[in-house]
This record gives sequence, structure tokens and C-alpha cells, in this order.
Amino acid sequence: NCSGVAVDNGGSNDVQWCFSQVKGAIDDDVAEADIISTVEFNHSGELLATGDKGGRVVIFQQEMENKSQPQCRSEYNVYSTFQSHEPEFDYLKSLEIEEKINKIRWLPQKNAAQFLLSTNDKTIKLWKISERDKRPEGYNLKEEDGRYIDPNTVTALRVPVFRPMDLMVEASPRRVFANAHTYHINSISINSDHETYLSADDLRINLWHQEITDRSFNIVDIKPANMEELTEVITAAEFHPHQCNTFVYSSSKGTIRLCDMRASALCDTHSKLFEEPEDPSNRSFFSEIISSISDVKFSHNGRYMMTRDYLSVKIWDLNMESRPVETYQVHEYLRNKLCSLYENDCIFDKFECCWNGNDSVVMTGSYNNFFRMFDRGQRRDVTLEASREGSKPQQVLKPRKVCADGKRKKDEISVDSLDFNKKILHTAWHPQDNVIAVATTNNLYIFQDKVN
Amino acid sequence: MDVSAEAKRIMAVSISKLYASRAQRGGMRLHRSLLLSVVMRSARDLYHSACLAKEREELGTAHLVPVTPEEDAMDTTASGEQVEVEVSQVKPEPESPLTPTIHEPMSSDSEATQGACKTRTFIGKETVEDKENRSPVSPDRHSRKRRGKASVAPDFLPSKRARLSLELGEERVLRTGGRTCCRAGDVFTTLSLNSNRAIAAF
Repeated sequence: NCSGVAVDNGGSNDVQWCFSQVKGAIDDDVAEADIISTVEFNHSGELLATGDKGGRVVIFQQEMENKSQPQCRSEYNVYSTFQSHEPEFDYLKSLEIEEKINKIRWLPQKNAAQFLLSTNDKTIKLWKISERDKRPEGYNLKEEDGRYIDPNTVTALRVPVFRPMDLMVEASPRRVFANAHTYHINSISINSDHETYLSADDLRINLWHQEITDRSFNIVDIKPANMEELTEVITAAEFHPHQCNTFVYSSSKGTIRLCDMRASALCDTHSKLFEEPEDPSNRSFFSEIISSISDVKFSHNGRYMMTRDYLSVKIWDLNMESRPVETYQVHEYLRNKLCSLYENDCIFDKFECCWNGNDSVVMTGSYNNFFRMFDRGQRRDVTLEASREGSKPQQVLKPRKVCADGKRKKDEISVDSLDFNKKILHTAWHPQDNVIAVATTNNLYIFQDKVN
Repeated sequence: MDVSAEAKRIMAVSISKLYASRAQRGGMRLHRSLLLSVVMRSARDLYHSACLAKEREELGTAHLVPVTPEEDAMDTTASGEQVEVEVSQVKPEPESPLTPTIHEPMSSDSEATQGACKTRTFIGKETVEDKENRSPVSPDRHSRKRRGKASVAPDFLPSKRARLSLELGEERVLRTGGRTCCRAGDVFTTLSLNSNRAIAAF
């Protein structure tokens, strides 16, 4: 049975996705430092940040000039690039700490500058990105190049004035939140109170104040007294978009716990536990591990949350803990390939997922540079591909189909010819518009809907 | 395909992955190690029940002639033993896999399965013959566990008792959920796992 139904192009509500831009090197030989590890739009969608394995952050900005032309949306161009994290060495444990950026989260904008949090396995940093387009000129006591003038030659007083200069975008680390995590940080999430944020590692979740770096509050601790009794780890965590007291965290066992910080200081006891009973017909060596949740995201309206496990995406109604309200199969044809995927390590891939602006469509990545969109209202899904072949300007993306059985039709791809090295783990959707950012191994693709 | 052969293969693949992850940049990943151990446990349980079933079959036919399972077991024992020895000789590292309940089922099954399946050396040391590591609650293991909990804490700490109280004290501080200070790096380094004991469980 083939998965992936083509989007019907007849209806007026249907979106046709077109190639817009691709960022990154073209050559097939991928430098490990260039592997993209996180993608995130800011709250307005004007800025798009990526983090990579080399610890760098690249921010793209959407040019605003072309808003008058409805034919094409403006392009994203590089706005700022900086080295966020460097490799470190923990001498006590004789362990190297990778500089790979695990997550970037934008703070809501409060003034002219932009702020984001970026984190590697151990340390979270608050970066300020600010523009400088003026500089003071006409100092009394020094030349333009900075050399001091001989005071004896100064005969008049003049006050420096600001004159325009070429735009310079500066990124500076304003806070460093370190030494709070024994295990590897997998998530950061900014609270709707605009003051605090959480960071989660395998066993603990800490609550921070954005201004205070020398202490954090531990709000979840699932480390057992005897580590031999460990059965699950925290895989992702997120604050509710509106309720500043509520957050969720997912586990490697496929459960999600919703916690209320008003209930107690330590939220080890959940307020709600979301868990779907396992389908006994799907049992295998690997059924336990493929239920591990790799991402959890609240919907923008705060009524639902979405989880991603290895084979599916599930939508949960926060008012119903017993089972998800919707389940979408991302690549069910992989279910009988789990043994090979275990051997080549693909079964450990952590796919992320995202909502569109009005929570009507969800998106997630797959293999062979395919990514999938599920339209919740229209009960339709589509498989698209991020590739250089489909990258002529404004070229409409052709829906793809994977064939699990031998009866491969024209234009379909058989499961055995999928390239498992080409995986799309990170995707992001513009908060308002139909613009998406899809990260392949080392390239960032930007697609947008065709405006007629 | 023979289920027990598949299970054995998966166990071998898992152990080699676990071993390889020690060399990974950034240290051992707890999540990955946990998933590997979950798969290993499923494979081991399946292998054991397959062996049990086979043995019952053999006993049923009143033949005690060594059959193919033993030869297979010999092969894997040889390689398994090797892997196990290498692995247990590696220096302890703080973040590592854990083997949740591997001892308990082993000790109950060991007598039944040791005849047909000589996999005890492959998976674990808790067999009837291995008196030193017989059961998880033996005093030896108990003290080794406690030592393990203090984990990275190096040898210059005065005594086991001191480490135990230090560790209990930490747990209390953390569990109040109060002003957990993140500045004291020491507090956090001592909370990490000790791989030595976890690997020995294999």
C-alpha cells in the first residue's frame, strides 16, 4: 500500500508549495560542522535562525521591500552569523562537550534588539542581536581612526554627532546559563510570562529566570535512587503557549505528562498523563523503542499538543488523556524494516514536528529528503521532497509517493531505494504565512505557497 | 528465520553499539543507551524463552544429546565472552547505560537454561556456578552498588560511609525543589552514573 496522497489542485483552499530558496553548500561531501541541527522562526516570522553541529547560528531575515508585489514573497537573506558555542572539555568526567546547537528559541521582541536562547548539551546562552546603522563621528579628542589628537592642538570644542553607516548586525552573549545539567539538554522553552524559561535534560527539568544565571529551580526530577531502576528518560519539554503555570514533557516510553507548577514546587507528580495503550498486534523487538517521543509541540491555540514518535504523528486534546484524537502515519512502510533501521542507527533518529499558523496543518520530516504535511481539517496528506532537482525559482513541488509493495507505479519510489542518509529532522513553519523552512543534512530549503 | 538466532544477533548488534557509543563525542547518551538496553532485554528474554522451549522439547523426547543450539551457543559464547571482558575492563564513566532488571530474571532462569544454552557468560555473570556474583542482594554486590552510586567521586574520598551520606544529602536537597544551586558543579558531577557496575551486569 502506498502512502502519500496527492493534494488535489482543483480546490481554492489547497496550497501548492513552490520552491523559494535553498541555503548552504551544493557539494555532496558534507562537512560535519555544517550539519543543521535546529531551525526556528521568530514570533513575527521575519527572522529565521538555524543552528549547526559546529556550534554556529545563522540568522536569515526576510526582506520587507517586496510586500507590495503579491506574486512572490520576499526572500530570506543572511542577517547575522555567529559562533554560539565552542567545544568544551569536562575535566572531571574526561568528556568532551559537543558544541552542536540542540535548540534555538526566540524571545518575544521587547525593543529594537532581538534576543534568542541557544543551547548545546550543557550550556544555554542568551544572545542579543542588534543593529547598528549609525556611528558617532566628530570626536573632540580623537581622529576618526581612533588615534588620540595631541591635546595642545585642540582649539575648539565640538560634540560628536551620529552619522549613518553601513548596517552592522552584532550578536553578543548577554547571559550564560551553565552548570545546571548533568545529562544532555534536549529542550528549552520560553514561558508565556516572558520572564522564565525551562531547560530539560534526560532526567531533569530546570526553571530559570532570564536575568539570573547563577541559579535555577529544579521542577522535575525523574532520576531514580538506584539508576539500575531507570526505565524512561525525558525526551522533550515545552511550556503551554498561554498558561504560564503549565508545561508538558514527553518520555522515551511514549507518555506525555502535563504539569502544573502551582501544584507543588517539584512537579514529579503530573497533573495529566497522556498515554495510548500499545497495539498488541504491532509487538516486535523494537516496538518499545519506536514509541519513544522525539518531539512535543503545543498548538498555537493551546488546546492541543502534537507528539512525534518514530513512525507517526499524534495530536492530543489536552482534555483527553486516554488516547490521541488524531494519528497520522508518517512512513508506515518502515514498520517491517525496523531491524535494518536498528542496525544502521536510523531508528534512533529524532524527528521534529511543527504546526502551521492556524493549527490546521502539521508537518514533519522523513527519509530520502521527504517531508510530510497532514491537513487536519481536510483529512489529506502530502509527501514532498526537498532536493536540488526541484529547485527552480517558483517551481511547484510535485507530490511524491512511496511504494511498499512490489507494484511500483510510474513516478513512485520503492522503499528499498530510499536514501536513509538523507533525512529531514528539522522543519519550521512561519507563524502566520505559508512559508516553511525545511532542513536537509546541510541545506536549508525555503518553500512558500504559490500566490495566484 | 529462527527466532532465537535473530534474538542472538540483535543482542550482539546491541552490545557492539553500546560499546561503540563509549567513544562517541559528547559522552554516552543516556537515552540511546536506555533504548539499546531495552532492545537487548527483549532479545534476551525472547532468546531465553526460545531456549526453554527447546529444552522442554528435548526433555520431552528424552534425549540429552548436545544439539545445534549448543554449538551456536559456543560460537556466541566465545565472541560474547570477548565482548563482555573487553567491556568490563573499560574505565568507569559517568553517563552510561543501565541495565534495569537484568539480574532478577537471570537468576531465576539460570538453572533451567544453563543446560541447553550456555549463554550465561554472554549475558551475565549471575549463574549458579558464579558464586561471587550470584545474586543482586549479596553483600558484595550491595557494597559495589553503593560505591557505584557515588560514581565519579574518585578514590580520595575517605570512606564508603561518607560517600553514602553525601549522596543522600544531595538527593534531599534536590527533592525539596527549593533553591537548587546550579553553581556548585561538584553537586552535579557526583550525581552521574557509574558505568562500571552497569556494564558488569552484562
